[in-house]
Amino acid sequence: MQSVTVTVNGQQYQRQIEPRLLLSDFIRHELRLTGTHVGCEHGVCGACTILLDGNAVRSCLLFAVQVEGCEITTVEGLAPDPEVLHPLQQAFWEAHGLQCGFCTAGILMTLIPFLEENPNPDEPQIRAAISGNLCRCTGYQHIVDAVKIAAEKTRAEHA
Amino acid sequence: MKPAPFSYFAPESLNAALELAAEHGYDAKLLAGGQSLVPAMNFRLVQPTVLIDLNQVDELAYVRETEQRGLRIGAMTRQRSVECDPLVAEVCPLLAEVMPHIAHPQIRNRGTIGGSLVHSDPAAELPVVAVALDATLTVRSNSGQRRVPALDFFQSLFTVDVAAGEMLVEVEFPPWSARTGYAFQEVARRHGDYALVGAAALVTLGEDGLCERARLVFLNVGDVPMEARHAAGMLRGQRLTEELIEEALNVAAEEEIDPVADIHATVAYQRHLARVLGRRCLQEAEARAQQIVEGR
Ligand SMILES: Cc1cc2nc3c(=O)[nH]c(=O)nc-3n(C[C@H](O)[C@H](O)[C@H](O)COP(=O)(O)OP(=O)(O)OC[C@H]3O[C@@H](n4cnc5c(N)ncnc54)[C@H](O)[C@@H]3O)c2cc1C
Ligand code: FES
Ligand code: FES
Repeated sequence: MQSVTVTVNGQQYQRQIEPRLLLSDFIRHELRLTGTHVGCEHGVCGACTILLDGNAVRSCLLFAVQVEGCEITTVEGLAPDPEVLHPLQQAFWEAHGLQCGFCTAGILMTLIPFLEENPNPDEPQIRAAISGNLCRCTGYQHIVDAVKIAAEKTRAEHA
Repeated sequence: MKPAPFSYFAPESLNAALELAAEHGYDAKLLAGGQSLVPAMNFRLVQPTVLIDLNQVDELAYVRETEQRGLRIGAMTRQRSVECDPLVAEVCPLLAEVMPHIAHPQIRNRGTIGGSLVHSDPAAELPVVAVALDATLTVRSNSGQRRVPALDFFQSLFTVDVAAGEMLVEVEFPPWSARTGYAFQEVARRHGDYALVGAAALVTLGEDGLCERARLVFLNVGDVPMEARHAAGMLRGQRLTEELIEEALNVAAEEEIDPVADIHATVAYQRHLARVLGRRCLQEAEARAQQIVEGR
Protein backbone atom coordinates (compact mmCIF):
# COMPACT_ATOMS: atom_id res chain seq x y z
CA MET A 1 0.00 0.00 0.00
CA GLN A 2 1.14 3.49 -0.79
CA SER A 3 -0.10 6.86 0.40
CA VAL A 4 -1.45 9.44 -2.06
CA THR A 5 -2.54 13.00 -1.37
CA VAL A 6 -4.42 14.79 -4.12
CA THR A 7 -6.71 17.79 -4.51
CA VAL A 8 -9.93 17.02 -6.32
CA ASN A 9 -12.36 19.82 -7.13
CA GLY A 10 -10.63 22.01 -4.55
CA GLN A 11 -10.82 19.48 -1.73
CA GLN A 12 -7.78 17.60 -0.46
CA TYR A 13 -7.96 13.82 -0.04
CA GLN A 14 -5.47 11.35 1.36
CA ARG A 15 -5.79 7.60 0.87
CA GLN A 16 -3.74 4.40 1.26
CA ILE A 17 -3.89 2.53 -2.03
CA GLU A 18 -2.34 -0.25 -4.07
CA PRO A 19 -0.04 1.07 -6.84
CA ARG A 20 -2.07 -0.78 -9.47
CA LEU A 21 -5.27 1.12 -8.67
CA LEU A 22 -6.31 3.08 -11.77
CA LEU A 23 -7.04 6.76 -11.25
CA SER A 24 -10.52 6.24 -12.70
CA ASP A 25 -11.27 3.61 -10.02
CA PHE A 26 -9.69 5.79 -7.33
CA ILE A 27 -12.00 8.66 -8.25
CA ARG A 28 -15.10 6.47 -8.45
CA HIS A 29 -14.56 3.92 -5.68
CA GLU A 30 -12.29 5.62 -3.16
CA LEU A 31 -13.61 9.18 -3.49
CA ARG A 32 -17.14 8.14 -4.50
CA LEU A 33 -17.20 10.71 -7.28
CA THR A 34 -19.13 8.62 -9.77
CA GLY A 35 -19.70 11.36 -12.34
CA THR A 36 -16.52 10.21 -14.09
CA HIS A 37 -17.54 7.20 -16.17
CA VAL A 38 -15.57 4.17 -17.30
CA GLY A 39 -16.32 2.72 -20.72
CA CYS A 40 -13.36 0.83 -22.11
CA GLU A 41 -10.31 1.08 -19.82
CA HIS A 42 -7.95 1.30 -22.76
CA GLY A 43 -8.06 4.94 -23.73
CA VAL A 44 -10.45 4.68 -26.65
CA CYS A 45 -13.86 5.92 -25.49
CA GLY A 46 -13.02 9.10 -23.58
CA ALA A 47 -15.74 8.61 -20.93
CA CYS A 48 -13.17 8.79 -18.10
CA THR A 49 -11.60 12.10 -19.21
CA ILE A 50 -10.73 14.44 -16.32
CA LEU A 51 -8.53 17.50 -15.87
CA LEU A 52 -5.10 16.82 -14.41
CA ASP A 53 -3.40 20.11 -13.54
CA GLY A 54 -5.70 21.72 -16.12
CA ASN A 55 -5.08 19.27 -18.98
CA ALA A 56 -7.67 16.81 -20.28
CA VAL A 57 -6.37 13.27 -19.79
CA ARG A 58 -7.70 9.70 -19.61
CA SER A 59 -8.06 8.71 -15.97
CA CYS A 60 -8.14 5.01 -16.96
CA LEU A 61 -4.56 5.28 -18.28
CA LEU A 62 -3.07 6.69 -15.07
CA PHE A 63 -2.34 5.02 -11.77
CA ALA A 64 -3.63 6.92 -8.76
CA VAL A 65 -0.14 6.84 -7.20
CA GLN A 66 1.06 9.00 -10.09
CA VAL A 67 -1.09 12.01 -9.16
CA GLU A 68 0.54 12.67 -5.77
CA GLY A 69 0.35 16.43 -5.14
CA CYS A 70 -1.68 17.14 -8.30
CA GLU A 71 -4.88 19.12 -8.86
CA ILE A 72 -7.75 17.22 -10.44
CA THR A 73 -11.08 18.48 -11.69
CA THR A 74 -13.95 16.08 -12.40
CA VAL A 75 -17.41 16.86 -13.73
CA GLU A 76 -18.62 17.37 -10.14
CA GLY A 77 -16.32 20.39 -9.97
CA LEU A 78 -17.92 22.30 -12.85
CA ALA A 79 -21.22 23.66 -11.53
CA PRO A 80 -20.80 26.55 -9.07
CA ASP A 81 -23.62 25.19 -6.85
CA PRO A 82 -26.25 22.44 -6.99
CA GLU A 83 -28.87 24.76 -8.49
CA VAL A 84 -26.74 26.39 -11.20
CA LEU A 85 -25.13 24.65 -14.13
CA HIS A 86 -21.76 25.60 -15.60
CA PRO A 87 -22.33 27.57 -18.87
CA LEU A 88 -21.09 24.59 -20.89
CA GLN A 89 -23.46 22.23 -19.07
CA GLN A 90 -26.27 24.73 -19.58
CA ALA A 91 -25.54 24.78 -23.32
CA PHE A 92 -25.65 20.95 -23.44
CA TRP A 93 -29.01 21.08 -21.71
CA GLU A 94 -30.37 23.69 -24.12
CA ALA A 95 -29.10 22.03 -27.32
CA HIS A 96 -29.94 18.44 -26.25
CA GLY A 97 -26.23 17.65 -26.31
CA LEU A 98 -26.86 14.43 -24.39
CA GLN A 99 -29.28 11.54 -24.23
CA CYS A 100 -28.18 8.77 -21.88
CA GLY A 101 -25.36 10.93 -20.57
CA PHE A 102 -22.75 8.20 -20.33
CA CYS A 103 -20.26 10.09 -22.50
CA THR A 104 -21.17 13.55 -21.25
CA ALA A 105 -18.77 13.98 -18.33
CA GLY A 106 -15.80 13.02 -20.51
CA ILE A 107 -16.92 15.33 -23.29
CA LEU A 108 -17.42 18.27 -20.91
CA MET A 109 -13.98 17.78 -19.36
CA THR A 110 -12.45 17.58 -22.85
CA LEU A 111 -14.16 20.79 -23.92
CA ILE A 112 -13.31 22.96 -20.90
CA PRO A 113 -9.60 23.43 -21.79
CA PHE A 114 -10.43 23.35 -25.51
CA LEU A 115 -12.75 26.35 -25.21
CA GLU A 116 -10.24 28.21 -23.07
CA GLU A 117 -7.65 27.80 -25.81
CA ASN A 118 -10.13 28.32 -28.67
CA PRO A 119 -12.87 30.73 -27.59
CA ASN A 120 -14.15 30.97 -31.16
CA PRO A 121 -13.90 27.46 -32.65
CA ASP A 122 -15.27 26.49 -36.06
CA GLU A 123 -17.07 23.21 -36.65
CA PRO A 124 -14.06 21.19 -37.91
CA GLN A 125 -12.10 22.30 -34.82
CA ILE A 126 -14.96 21.26 -32.53
CA ARG A 127 -15.24 17.86 -34.23
CA ALA A 128 -11.48 17.33 -33.98
CA ALA A 129 -11.59 18.27 -30.30
CA ILE A 130 -14.22 15.64 -29.48
CA SER A 131 -12.85 13.01 -31.87
CA GLY A 132 -11.47 11.12 -28.88
CA ASN A 133 -14.86 10.81 -27.21
CA LEU A 134 -17.39 8.21 -28.30
CA CYS A 135 -21.11 8.92 -28.02
CA ARG A 136 -23.51 6.16 -28.97
CA CYS A 137 -26.69 8.26 -28.69
CA THR A 138 -26.55 11.75 -30.11
CA GLY A 139 -24.82 11.39 -33.46
CA TYR A 140 -22.65 14.30 -32.28
CA GLN A 141 -24.61 17.03 -34.10
CA HIS A 142 -26.30 18.35 -30.95
CA ILE A 143 -23.00 18.19 -29.08
CA VAL A 144 -21.43 20.39 -31.74
CA ASP A 145 -24.43 22.76 -31.47
CA ALA A 146 -24.00 22.92 -27.71
CA VAL A 147 -20.33 23.82 -28.03
CA LYS A 148 -21.21 26.63 -30.43
CA ILE A 149 -23.82 28.00 -27.99
CA ALA A 150 -21.41 27.82 -25.08
CA ALA A 151 -18.64 29.55 -27.03
CA GLU A 152 -21.00 32.30 -28.17
CA LYS A 153 -22.32 32.93 -24.67
CA THR A 154 -18.87 33.01 -23.15
CA ARG A 155 -17.67 35.45 -25.80
CA ALA A 156 -20.73 37.68 -25.22
CA GLU A 157 -20.03 37.69 -21.48
CA HIS A 158 -16.39 38.67 -21.98
CA ALA A 159 -17.19 41.29 -24.65
CA MET B 1 -9.50 -5.26 -17.09
CA LYS B 2 -7.36 -4.45 -14.05
CA PRO B 3 -3.58 -4.62 -14.06
CA ALA B 4 -1.72 -7.29 -12.13
CA PRO B 5 0.12 -6.15 -8.96
CA PHE B 6 3.54 -4.52 -9.25
CA SER B 7 6.02 -2.57 -7.13
CA TYR B 8 6.09 1.10 -8.05
CA PHE B 9 9.09 3.43 -8.16
CA ALA B 10 9.06 7.08 -9.18
CA PRO B 11 12.72 8.18 -9.39
CA GLU B 12 13.36 11.92 -9.65
CA SER B 13 16.58 11.81 -11.64
CA LEU B 14 17.81 10.02 -14.72
CA ASN B 15 20.63 8.38 -12.76
CA ALA B 16 18.24 7.02 -10.17
CA ALA B 17 15.98 5.70 -12.95
CA LEU B 18 18.93 3.99 -14.68
CA GLU B 19 20.04 2.40 -11.38
CA LEU B 20 16.55 0.97 -10.90
CA ALA B 21 16.44 -0.21 -14.51
CA ALA B 22 19.80 -1.96 -14.09
CA GLU B 23 18.75 -3.55 -10.81
CA HIS B 24 15.41 -4.92 -12.02
CA GLY B 25 16.29 -5.75 -15.65
CA TYR B 26 13.65 -7.79 -17.45
CA ASP B 27 11.22 -7.71 -14.51
CA ALA B 28 10.77 -3.96 -14.87
CA LYS B 29 8.88 -1.80 -17.33
CA LEU B 30 9.51 1.89 -17.79
CA LEU B 31 6.35 3.98 -17.59
CA ALA B 32 6.37 7.08 -19.80
CA GLY B 33 3.00 8.53 -20.88
CA GLY B 34 1.34 5.19 -20.24
CA GLN B 35 -0.87 5.59 -23.30
CA SER B 36 0.27 2.26 -24.78
CA LEU B 37 1.67 0.51 -21.71
CA VAL B 38 -1.31 0.99 -19.37
CA PRO B 39 -3.89 -0.37 -21.87
CA ALA B 40 -1.61 -3.41 -22.30
CA MET B 41 -1.38 -3.78 -18.51
CA ASN B 42 -5.14 -3.37 -18.14
CA PHE B 43 -5.62 -6.23 -20.59
CA ARG B 44 -2.86 -8.13 -18.75
CA LEU B 45 -0.98 -8.52 -22.00
CA VAL B 46 1.98 -7.22 -20.02
CA GLN B 47 2.48 -7.95 -16.32
CA PRO B 48 5.65 -6.27 -15.11
CA THR B 49 6.43 -6.94 -11.46
CA VAL B 50 8.24 -3.60 -11.21
CA LEU B 51 7.11 -0.31 -12.73
CA ILE B 52 9.64 2.54 -13.01
CA ASP B 53 7.68 5.74 -13.55
CA LEU B 54 9.72 8.30 -15.52
CA ASN B 55 7.22 11.13 -15.07
CA GLN B 56 9.22 12.80 -12.28
CA VAL B 57 12.42 12.81 -14.36
CA ASP B 58 12.08 16.42 -15.49
CA GLU B 59 15.55 16.49 -17.05
CA LEU B 60 14.24 14.29 -19.89
CA ALA B 61 11.58 16.79 -20.99
CA TYR B 62 13.01 19.44 -23.33
CA VAL B 63 13.15 20.69 -26.90
CA ARG B 64 16.48 22.32 -27.87
CA GLU B 65 17.97 23.66 -31.04
CA THR B 66 21.39 22.26 -31.97
CA GLU B 67 24.26 24.41 -33.24
CA GLN B 68 23.67 23.04 -36.74
CA ARG B 69 20.01 24.12 -36.54
CA GLY B 70 18.65 20.68 -35.91
CA LEU B 71 16.56 19.64 -32.90
CA ARG B 72 17.21 17.58 -29.80
CA ILE B 73 14.16 16.37 -27.94
CA GLY B 74 14.18 14.64 -24.57
CA ALA B 75 12.42 11.27 -24.44
CA MET B 76 9.89 12.40 -21.81
CA THR B 77 8.71 15.42 -23.80
CA ARG B 78 4.92 15.15 -24.17
CA GLN B 79 3.60 14.77 -27.69
CA ARG B 80 1.39 17.80 -27.02
CA SER B 81 4.43 19.94 -26.09
CA VAL B 82 6.17 18.96 -29.32
CA GLU B 83 2.99 19.81 -31.24
CA CYS B 84 2.69 23.29 -29.71
CA ASP B 85 6.39 24.27 -29.58
CA PRO B 86 7.13 27.17 -31.99
CA LEU B 87 10.76 26.00 -32.23
CA VAL B 88 9.61 22.65 -33.63
CA ALA B 89 7.40 24.36 -36.22
CA GLU B 90 10.32 26.55 -37.28
CA VAL B 91 13.20 24.07 -37.27
CA CYS B 92 11.45 20.78 -37.99
CA PRO B 93 8.10 21.57 -39.66
CA LEU B 94 7.49 17.97 -40.76
CA LEU B 95 7.48 16.88 -37.13
CA ALA B 96 5.10 19.68 -36.17
CA GLU B 97 2.76 18.80 -39.02
CA VAL B 98 2.63 15.12 -38.06
CA MET B 99 1.81 15.56 -34.36
CA PRO B 100 -1.96 16.22 -34.70
CA HIS B 101 -2.29 12.90 -36.56
CA ILE B 102 -1.30 11.01 -33.40
CA ALA B 103 -4.33 9.85 -31.46
CA HIS B 104 -6.43 12.51 -29.72
CA PRO B 105 -5.55 15.65 -27.73
CA GLN B 106 -6.17 13.87 -24.41
CA ILE B 107 -3.73 11.10 -25.39
CA ARG B 108 -1.08 13.57 -26.61
CA ASN B 109 -1.31 15.45 -23.29
CA ARG B 110 0.26 12.37 -21.64
CA GLY B 111 1.95 10.43 -24.44
CA THR B 112 5.66 11.14 -24.93
CA ILE B 113 7.89 11.22 -27.98
CA GLY B 114 10.17 8.59 -26.44
CA GLY B 115 7.33 6.25 -25.53
CA SER B 116 5.98 6.29 -29.06
CA LEU B 117 9.43 5.63 -30.58
CA VAL B 118 10.16 2.72 -28.22
CA HIS B 119 6.67 1.24 -28.49
CA SER B 120 7.21 1.28 -32.26
CA ASP B 121 3.73 0.42 -33.44
CA PRO B 122 3.92 -0.22 -37.21
CA ALA B 123 1.05 2.27 -37.60
CA ALA B 124 2.66 4.98 -35.45
CA GLU B 125 3.66 8.26 -37.04
CA LEU B 126 6.79 9.21 -35.08
CA PRO B 127 8.98 6.23 -36.10
CA VAL B 128 8.26 7.08 -39.74
CA VAL B 129 9.23 10.71 -39.18
CA ALA B 130 12.39 9.66 -37.35
CA VAL B 131 13.45 7.47 -40.29
CA ALA B 132 12.43 10.07 -42.88
CA LEU B 133 14.47 12.82 -41.19
CA ASP B 134 17.55 10.64 -40.44
CA ALA B 135 17.10 11.04 -36.69
CA THR B 136 19.62 9.62 -34.23
CA LEU B 137 18.43 8.07 -30.98
CA THR B 138 20.47 8.14 -27.79
CA VAL B 139 20.13 5.06 -25.62
CA ARG B 140 21.63 5.08 -22.13
CA SER B 141 22.24 2.60 -19.32
CA ASN B 142 24.07 3.06 -16.04
CA SER B 143 27.26 1.89 -17.77
CA GLY B 144 27.25 4.27 -20.74
CA GLN B 145 25.39 5.48 -23.78
CA ARG B 146 25.23 4.81 -27.51
CA ARG B 147 23.77 6.64 -30.47
CA VAL B 148 21.66 4.65 -32.92
CA PRO B 149 20.51 5.80 -36.38
CA ALA B 150 16.72 5.60 -36.72
CA LEU B 151 17.01 3.14 -39.60
CA ASP B 152 18.73 0.63 -37.26
CA PHE B 153 16.68 1.46 -34.17
CA PHE B 154 13.41 -0.04 -35.43
CA GLN B 155 14.27 -3.74 -35.69
CA SER B 156 11.04 -5.66 -36.13
CA LEU B 157 7.42 -5.69 -35.01
CA PHE B 158 7.22 -3.73 -31.70
CA THR B 159 10.96 -4.35 -31.26
CA VAL B 160 13.61 -1.66 -31.03
CA ASP B 161 17.30 -1.56 -30.20
CA VAL B 162 16.85 -0.96 -26.46
CA ALA B 163 17.89 -3.75 -24.08
CA ALA B 164 16.64 -4.39 -20.53
CA GLY B 165 18.37 -1.90 -18.25
CA GLU B 166 18.62 0.64 -21.07
CA MET B 167 16.54 3.70 -21.72
CA LEU B 168 15.94 5.98 -24.68
CA VAL B 169 16.92 9.44 -23.45
CA GLU B 170 16.95 11.67 -26.52
CA VAL B 171 16.13 11.88 -30.20
CA GLU B 172 18.06 14.23 -32.45
CA PHE B 173 16.72 15.48 -35.77
CA PRO B 174 19.54 16.80 -37.97
CA PRO B 175 18.92 19.82 -40.19
CA TRP B 176 18.05 19.35 -43.85
CA SER B 177 19.10 21.72 -46.62
CA ALA B 178 17.14 24.97 -46.66
CA ARG B 179 15.69 24.11 -50.08
CA THR B 180 13.80 21.11 -48.71
CA GLY B 181 10.05 20.65 -48.90
CA TYR B 182 8.23 18.05 -46.80
CA ALA B 183 4.82 16.39 -46.64
CA PHE B 184 2.95 13.83 -44.57
CA GLN B 185 -0.36 12.21 -45.41
CA GLU B 186 -2.28 9.27 -44.04
CA VAL B 187 -5.61 7.54 -44.44
CA ALA B 188 -7.41 6.59 -41.22
CA ARG B 189 -11.00 5.49 -40.82
CA ARG B 190 -11.64 8.12 -38.13
CA HIS B 191 -9.73 11.24 -37.11
CA GLY B 192 -7.20 10.15 -34.47
CA ASP B 193 -7.32 6.44 -35.24
CA TYR B 194 -4.17 4.58 -36.13
CA ALA B 195 -3.73 4.99 -39.89
CA LEU B 196 -4.36 2.29 -42.51
CA VAL B 197 -1.45 3.59 -44.57
CA GLY B 198 0.58 6.78 -44.44
CA ALA B 199 3.55 8.36 -46.16
CA ALA B 200 6.17 10.99 -45.42
CA ALA B 201 8.28 12.64 -48.12
CA LEU B 202 11.13 15.11 -48.27
CA VAL B 203 12.38 16.69 -51.49
CA THR B 204 15.47 18.91 -51.73
CA LEU B 205 15.75 20.90 -54.94
CA GLY B 206 19.00 22.21 -56.41
CA GLU B 207 19.41 25.78 -57.70
CA ASP B 208 18.54 24.35 -61.14
CA GLY B 209 15.17 23.07 -59.92
CA LEU B 210 16.23 19.42 -60.24
CA CYS B 211 15.77 17.02 -57.34
CA GLU B 212 18.97 16.90 -55.31
CA ARG B 213 17.81 14.53 -52.59
CA ALA B 214 14.55 12.74 -51.86
CA ARG B 215 13.18 10.55 -49.11
CA LEU B 216 9.98 8.52 -49.08
CA VAL B 217 8.91 6.45 -46.06
CA PHE B 218 5.67 4.53 -45.55
CA LEU B 219 3.69 3.73 -42.43
CA ASN B 220 1.83 0.50 -41.61
CA VAL B 221 2.84 -1.45 -44.72
CA GLY B 222 5.51 -3.49 -42.93
CA ASP B 223 6.70 -4.32 -39.42
CA VAL B 224 8.78 -1.14 -39.23
CA PRO B 225 8.83 2.14 -41.16
CA MET B 226 9.31 1.19 -44.82
CA GLU B 227 11.82 3.35 -46.61
CA ALA B 228 11.44 3.33 -50.41
CA ARG B 229 15.10 3.81 -51.19
CA HIS B 230 15.11 2.75 -54.83
CA ALA B 231 12.11 4.89 -55.62
CA ALA B 232 13.78 7.91 -54.02
CA GLY B 233 17.01 7.13 -55.91
CA MET B 234 15.13 7.24 -59.21
CA LEU B 235 14.24 10.87 -58.50
CA ARG B 236 17.75 12.12 -57.80
CA GLY B 237 19.15 14.53 -60.40
CA GLN B 238 15.81 14.56 -62.23
CA ARG B 239 12.94 16.93 -62.78
CA LEU B 240 9.97 15.52 -60.89
CA THR B 241 7.52 15.03 -63.73
CA GLU B 242 4.23 13.24 -63.17
CA GLU B 243 5.51 10.28 -65.23
CA LEU B 244 8.69 9.94 -63.21
CA ILE B 245 6.83 10.08 -59.89
CA GLU B 246 4.39 7.47 -61.18
CA GLU B 247 7.26 5.20 -62.22
CA ALA B 248 9.02 5.60 -58.88
CA LEU B 249 5.84 4.82 -56.98
CA ASN B 250 5.30 1.65 -58.98
CA VAL B 251 8.66 0.49 -57.68
CA ALA B 252 7.89 1.69 -54.14
CA ALA B 253 4.42 0.16 -53.92
CA GLU B 254 5.25 -3.14 -55.63
CA GLU B 255 8.77 -3.86 -54.38
CA GLU B 256 9.67 -1.77 -51.38
CA ILE B 257 6.80 -2.28 -48.97
CA ASP B 258 5.57 -5.39 -47.23
CA PRO B 259 1.85 -5.07 -46.51
CA VAL B 260 -0.12 -7.83 -44.79
CA ALA B 261 -3.84 -8.18 -45.34
CA ASP B 262 -6.05 -7.55 -42.30
CA ILE B 263 -9.73 -6.96 -41.61
CA HIS B 264 -9.35 -3.30 -42.59
CA ALA B 265 -7.53 -3.54 -45.90
CA THR B 266 -6.41 -6.06 -48.52
CA VAL B 267 -2.83 -6.08 -49.76
CA ALA B 268 -3.94 -4.63 -53.10
CA TYR B 269 -5.74 -1.76 -51.36
CA GLN B 270 -2.72 -1.01 -49.18
CA ARG B 271 -0.48 -0.90 -52.26
CA HIS B 272 -3.00 1.39 -53.91
CA LEU B 273 -3.03 3.72 -50.90
CA ALA B 274 0.77 3.74 -50.79
CA ARG B 275 0.85 4.78 -54.44
CA VAL B 276 -1.70 7.55 -54.03
CA LEU B 277 -0.34 8.91 -50.73
CA GLY B 278 3.26 8.64 -51.96
CA ARG B 279 2.44 10.61 -55.09
CA ARG B 280 0.59 13.32 -53.18
CA CYS B 281 3.41 13.63 -50.65
CA LEU B 282 6.15 13.88 -53.27
CA GLN B 283 4.19 16.49 -55.20
CA GLU B 284 3.40 18.52 -52.10
CA ALA B 285 7.00 18.30 -50.88
CA GLU B 286 8.29 19.40 -54.27
CA ALA B 287 5.83 22.32 -54.43
CA ARG B 288 6.96 23.48 -51.00
CA ALA B 289 10.63 23.19 -51.97
CA GLN B 290 9.86 25.14 -55.15
CA GLN B 291 8.36 27.95 -53.09
CA ILE B 292 11.53 28.13 -51.01
CA VAL B 293 13.75 28.16 -54.13
CA GLU B 294 11.67 30.96 -55.62
CA GLY B 295 12.03 32.86 -52.36
CA ARG B 296 8.39 32.95 -51.34
C1 LIG C 1 -6.94 5.63 -28.13
C2 LIG C 1 -5.49 5.71 -28.54
C3 LIG C 1 -5.17 6.05 -29.85
C4 LIG C 1 -3.84 6.13 -30.24
N1 LIG C 1 -3.58 6.49 -31.54
C5 LIG C 1 -2.29 6.62 -31.93
C6 LIG C 1 -1.96 7.02 -33.26
O1 LIG C 1 -2.84 7.31 -34.09
N2 LIG C 1 -0.65 7.10 -33.59
C7 LIG C 1 0.35 6.80 -32.70
O2 LIG C 1 1.52 6.90 -33.06
N3 LIG C 1 0.07 6.43 -31.45
C8 LIG C 1 -1.21 6.33 -31.04
N4 LIG C 1 -1.48 5.96 -29.75
C9 LIG C 1 -0.35 5.61 -28.85
C10 LIG C 1 0.24 6.84 -28.17
O3 LIG C 1 0.89 7.68 -29.10
C11 LIG C 1 1.22 6.47 -27.06
O4 LIG C 1 1.43 7.66 -26.34
C12 LIG C 1 2.57 5.96 -27.50
O5 LIG C 1 2.47 4.84 -28.33
C13 LIG C 1 3.40 5.52 -26.29
O6 LIG C 1 3.94 6.62 -25.64
P1 LIG C 1 3.82 6.75 -24.07
O7 LIG C 1 4.68 7.90 -23.70
O8 LIG C 1 2.41 6.80 -23.69
O9 LIG C 1 4.57 5.43 -23.60
P2 LIG C 1 4.17 4.25 -22.59
O10 LIG C 1 2.83 3.73 -22.93
O11 LIG C 1 4.42 4.70 -21.20
O12 LIG C 1 5.31 3.21 -22.97
C14 LIG C 1 5.29 2.47 -24.17
C15 LIG C 1 6.45 1.47 -24.18
O13 LIG C 1 7.70 2.14 -24.31
C16 LIG C 1 8.54 1.88 -23.18
N5 LIG C 1 9.21 3.16 -22.91
C17 LIG C 1 8.61 4.37 -22.74
N6 LIG C 1 9.52 5.35 -22.63
C18 LIG C 1 10.74 4.74 -22.70
C19 LIG C 1 12.09 5.24 -22.67
N7 LIG C 1 12.36 6.54 -22.55
N8 LIG C 1 13.09 4.34 -22.80
C20 LIG C 1 12.83 3.02 -22.96
N9 LIG C 1 11.58 2.51 -23.00
C21 LIG C 1 10.54 3.35 -22.87
C22 LIG C 1 7.62 1.41 -22.08
O14 LIG C 1 8.29 0.58 -21.18
C23 LIG C 1 6.56 0.66 -22.87
O15 LIG C 1 7.02 -0.61 -23.21
C24 LIG C 1 -2.80 5.87 -29.31
C25 LIG C 1 -3.11 5.52 -28.00
C26 LIG C 1 -4.44 5.44 -27.61
C27 LIG C 1 -4.76 5.06 -26.20
S1 FES D 1 -12.62 4.35 -19.93
FE1 FES D 1 -10.90 5.62 -20.21
S2 FES D 1 -10.99 6.03 -22.30
FE2 FES D 1 -12.58 4.59 -22.09
S1 FES E 1 -25.40 10.56 -24.69
FE1 FES E 1 -25.40 8.42 -24.61
S2 FES E 1 -23.37 7.97 -25.12
FE2 FES E 1 -23.44 10.07 -25.48
